[in-house]
Amino acid sequence: MSTTVIEGVPPDPILERRELVQRVARKTLDRRVLVSRAMVGLCGVALLVALVPLFAILYSLVDKGVRWWSVTFFTKVPQFPSLIDPNAIGGISNAIIGSLVIDGIAALFAIPIGVIAGLFLAESDSKFASGLRTTAEIMTGLPSILLGIFAYQMIVIGFNEWGIKLPGIGFAGIAGSFAIGVLMIPVIMKASETALRGVPATIREAGLALGARRGVVARKVVIPTALPGLITAVLLAFSRAVGETAPILWVIGASNIIEWNPRKEMASMPLEIFQSATSPYVSLRDEAWGIALFLVFLVLVLNLGSRLFAAWLQRERR
Amino acid sequence: MSEVTASAALAMSDRPLAENRKRFSARGDSAHWGVLYGVSGLFALICAVFIISIVVSSIPAWRHSGLSLIYGRVWSQGSDSFGALPIIAGTLATTAIALFFAIPIGIGCALAIVHVIPGRLRIILSSLVELLAAVPSVVYGLWGLLVIAPWFEKTVEPDLADITGSRFPFQSPPEGVSLLLAGCVLFVMVLPMIVALSRDAIAIVPHDQFEGALSVGATKWQVLRKVVLPGARTGIVGAITLATARALGETVAVAMVIGLNPLFPPSLFSTASTLASTIALQFQDATPLQVAALGALAVILMALTAVVNWFGRRLVRGTAFRAGVV
Repeated sequence: MSTTVIEGVPPDPILERRELVQRVARKTLDRRVLVSRAMVGLCGVALLVALVPLFAILYSLVDKGVRWWSVTFFTKVPQFPSLIDPNAIGGISNAIIGSLVIDGIAALFAIPIGVIAGLFLAESDSKFASGLRTTAEIMTGLPSILLGIFAYQMIVIGFNEWGIKLPGIGFAGIAGSFAIGVLMIPVIMKASETALRGVPATIREAGLALGARRGVVARKVVIPTALPGLITAVLLAFSRAVGETAPILWVIGASNIIEWNPRKEMASMPLEIFQSATSPYVSLRDEAWGIALFLVFLVLVLNLGSRLFAAWLQRERR
Repeated sequence: MSEVTASAALAMSDRPLAENRKRFSARGDSAHWGVLYGVSGLFALICAVFIISIVVSSIPAWRHSGLSLIYGRVWSQGSDSFGALPIIAGTLATTAIALFFAIPIGIGCALAIVHVIPGRLRIILSSLVELLAAVPSVVYGLWGLLVIAPWFEKTVEPDLADITGSRFPFQSPPEGVSLLLAGCVLFVMVLPMIVALSRDAIAIVPHDQFEGALSVGATKWQVLRKVVLPGARTGIVGAITLATARALGETVAVAMVIGLNPLFPPSLFSTASTLASTIALQFQDATPLQVAALGALAVILMALTAVVNWFGRRLVRGTAFRAGVV
């Protein structure tokens, strides 16, 4: 392209400036491309760096944990390592059952409360709802150890130092269930709100237009439609609860036998890992890897399973 | 649906009109709202009792030590001397170390996932990073204590001391279980959170802007730095804030790798303590006064994390809430 230069007309400042910019851009192009390649490369390196710990942890878990998986490990109760045979330490069946009972009871009361409160957040636009939403958001971010203190004060000693004579029930599995349940509620609440809000307003309004009451619409239309999302929400919250150690650290006591009664002291897998890892016995420290591998396996199955199940359910619906 | 219609119609025909209007009006159905308000109220009540119980349980400690609970420099359970300043310092130091690594690497990761990695690989890599968030914190503690601590003690910390000539804050002796190790374990734990949330923030920057900047001759990095990052700034700051709250409150993993030493850490290689790990490890055999003092630590921790969290939530409100990560 050629430009016609008219004599006597002063040069256009815009054109001049454009030329300057283009000249600078050309001159710095090599440098800029080099810097760009380097920085974009660094971003890729950052991604690799982020994946190193994941694989390092998984490698350690499988490398040191898988040889503990045996029939004894899953079916026997722990046995204190003796001097004669420090490797005879039994199994972890009591911890598996303890985790099952504690988290099961927690889920039993946290799921209905969480889903119904989530429905409330999705349906109501009152001040109370928005306040509750903020509360739930802050609760999910609070350190879980605080719930341990709460459960200790309320369930274990029953506030008895304040002159309120609640019947404190002492160290018991149910105290751990309480702490974990309270931990799960806000997570389920927020996630199910998101799932329930995803239900198209037209479907809800169609139900209302037929003359159904709000409760009927919620039960028969909204919740079934949002079911895949709700299941993901619940399973994700549960998978997180299974691995929680801090809230149950000093409220469930300890037990070396298989204990199904939640009012008694119990064992649980995360706690067992914590105690074994910090124990002076080499065999117990090693065994912690076996338990950890099983726990991570469970959590990942729940985590991935929930996503896959929800995706499958979504597809079936179509 | 037909069942619903039929029963609704039956119900309509049976009742006087005024009653129907009440039951079927938009805000009606008192039973439904009753259940919703009741259950939500129950949750609100639990939260209220939760906060009150922690605050009230700490009262004897505030009576015993007053505000020196916050600025006192000596924390000794044996002599009932409760000054949380070294513990607060330890909490802030571990969080700072974690963020020092997590912010650049996390943002770089998020940029790479959205704008560098092609299609299918992107989904795989980002869900792999999110898997890190699913690993229970006690497993991080186990890994830090039994795998990384020995490595730090034998290799990383002596090397760092050599390189820096043992100047502050890299004085020997290397202890393995240390402030630095706790910070690094925390780094791994908060990383998935920063990556996932900043990725969401980066992904919603309009693609037109990205291409517009490219079309006027900017290189890819210039576009990322001058267009994408500023556009995603709020979400990224929110991600960092939420990660800060998480790092401040992380309990079990830190308790396992920090060595629980309630003194001002003189070096990155020395043992230290954090608010949450002190509560976790000292609660078991505490006298009632000591329980109250730990309750006071809990109040400090709760105030700190609640404020940081509230702030962070306001910033990331626009982006999706991820139950698995946050």
